[in-house]
Amino acid sequence: MSQEPVAGEQNRRQRAPGGISRRELFTRVSVAGGGVIAALLAVPVVGYLLGPLFDNTPNNWLDLGPLSDFPEGETREAQFSDPSSLPWAGDTAQTAVWVRRGNGEDFTIFALNCTHLGCPVSWLPGARLFLCPCHGGVYNGDGSVAGGPPPRSLFTYRSRVRNGRLEALSRSLPTV
Amino acid sequence: MPVVRHPVPRSVNWWYVTGSATLMAFILQVVTGVALATNYVPAPSAAYDSLNFITNHAEFGNVLRGMHFFGASAMVILVLIHMTQVFLTGSYKYPRELNWLSGVLLLALTLAMAFTGQLLRWDQNAFWSTVVGAEQIARTPILGPALTELVLAGKTVGGATLTRFFAIHVFLIPAIIFGLIGVHLYLAVHHGVSEWPEAGEPVRKATYRERYHRLLRQGVPFFPDAAWKDVVVMIVVVAAIIVLAIAIGAPSLGKPADPTIVQAYPRPDWYFVWYFAVLALSPPAIENYIILGFPLLVFVALALIPILWPTGERSLVRRPWAPAVVTIPVLLVVVLSVEGFKAPWSPALTTLLSEPLPQPVVTNLQPAGLKGAQIFQFRGCRACHGIQGSGGNKGPSLTTVGDRLTAAQLTTRIAAGGGGMPAYGGVISPAEMQVLVEFLQGLRSPSHEPPVTPLAP
Repeated sequence: MSQEPVAGEQNRRQRAPGGISRRELFTRVSVAGGGVIAALLAVPVVGYLLGPLFDNTPNNWLDLGPLSDFPEGETREAQFSDPSSLPWAGDTAQTAVWVRRGNGEDFTIFALNCTHLGCPVSWLPGARLFLCPCHGGVYNGDGSVAGGPPPRSLFTYRSRVRNGRLEALSRSLPTV
Repeated sequence: MPVVRHPVPRSVNWWYVTGSATLMAFILQVVTGVALATNYVPAPSAAYDSLNFITNHAEFGNVLRGMHFFGASAMVILVLIHMTQVFLTGSYKYPRELNWLSGVLLLALTLAMAFTGQLLRWDQNAFWSTVVGAEQIARTPILGPALTELVLAGKTVGGATLTRFFAIHVFLIPAIIFGLIGVHLYLAVHHGVSEWPEAGEPVRKATYRERYHRLLRQGVPFFPDAAWKDVVVMIVVVAAIIVLAIAIGAPSLGKPADPTIVQAYPRPDWYFVWYFAVLALSPPAIENYIILGFPLLVFVALALIPILWPTGERSLVRRPWAPAVVTIPVLLVVVLSVEGFKAPWSPALTTLLSEPLPQPVVTNLQPAGLKGAQIFQFRGCRACHGIQGSGGNKGPSLTTVGDRLTAAQLTTRIAAGGGGMPAYGGVISPAEMQVLVEFLQGLRSPSHEPPVTPLAP
């Protein structure tokens, strides 16, 4: 950098015995002041942006419909609406799932999301397979992997039967 | 504005316009983006309707959306062309290493803009692309779940997700891009535009600046002596984008984003189709390393170029490997994109659900064969197997399967599966199997003898 003498160079040398010069003091005060401003701004902004991490909304039991909607031995699509979603969530408040009913009240509720990268799997009743439209994942009727890249079987929701209706416990986006 | 009259070497030629062309595309994106933002509503309950309004009712809305779309494509292409030009002319070398590094960051941000922009369309593609993006982030070790929640702004894709992407797309990334373009342009003027490379004049740190300043003494002012070429190309860029926007228009809006519509076939915009293919074709065992490591590897490799090779020859005559370094990745991306558009690994669900079997296949079938054809359709075989070009490509084509396999072989293959095919033994009844095999046996090339069943030993 430039070697020209800085104005007030004399000033800098006026050290109090064992102390710091005026210029050194100004430098430190300015840098510290900038730091304080940054911290004052960062706390609310970063906290606000990290907010979703501290969201403790409990998972809800959500209604999927009367048991009669789900014939034994079949797999059907069902939907639920999450009441805790934001008012402007629109259609994203809805979630679709695949409900497989064995005998009696033996239910398995599969997440729509392929375990590979989350695309929505389709149930082919004739083939008794779930097919993923994205990267070629295929699952058997019980959710186990039949082919393609998925690393594990389909994710499931917890289920229960209340007053003759099937309910699922909401959950976050299932990820590997 | 004395800065626009800064001297440039006389050797500056038409190859030097790529940076200005990219800048033009960026300015066009800013202008059209600001305009679009005056009508776009970034909430899931209204985004799609507001886009519909922009496209079909707002004055010039369709053209503006089209310009923003083709502008995005132009931006991606021009950034890559600019980088290629800088690489081939060795202009990333001393003293311009920081120009290259800021450029690499700008490339990453351009791709981030392309991805977040596609999500704002908030149709089915956008919704599921968000999910696919989140699932990739979730693979990050330890931090995965927290990062996913941060990106989605919640536990699932919901009301807060779209506003977050909107803020990132229109405020955060553009602000960083503006800053970096400032640095990029300042450095370009500060170090001066590189002279056209000459074989036998390698860059040496000790002598380069002096040689360059000698060149500049015989140089010409950037404006207007060199700038007119940039202006010509900028006009071409803007005109091409407007013509495409008018002739082709904005990409049609798909179905509105609705997680309950299961029949979705998500595909990324063209610039990410090659990566879509990478995700489908990666061996599962090393997939995590590819998802997380590959983008990192690409950008680290790009950043290392000027650090590892800051000096030496710039001319292509002395760097014959340089075109190969460019050509090989380009070819790879082209091949992967072609595969991505065909997506042979995907079951053909739309064909299965909407197209009947081709007429020539079903005419002249005996009753049993006809029943078999129905089973073939009902059991979803066509999702993976094509006949006469209709159906999926995930499994082998069955157009002439009767030539290849005997009835016994067909039965075994269907019942036991294998080689990627699920076992259908528990799904198909013996009676169904019989008619299905009869149907498949009938699929032959016109002049082929039936295969001879080998005698049992």
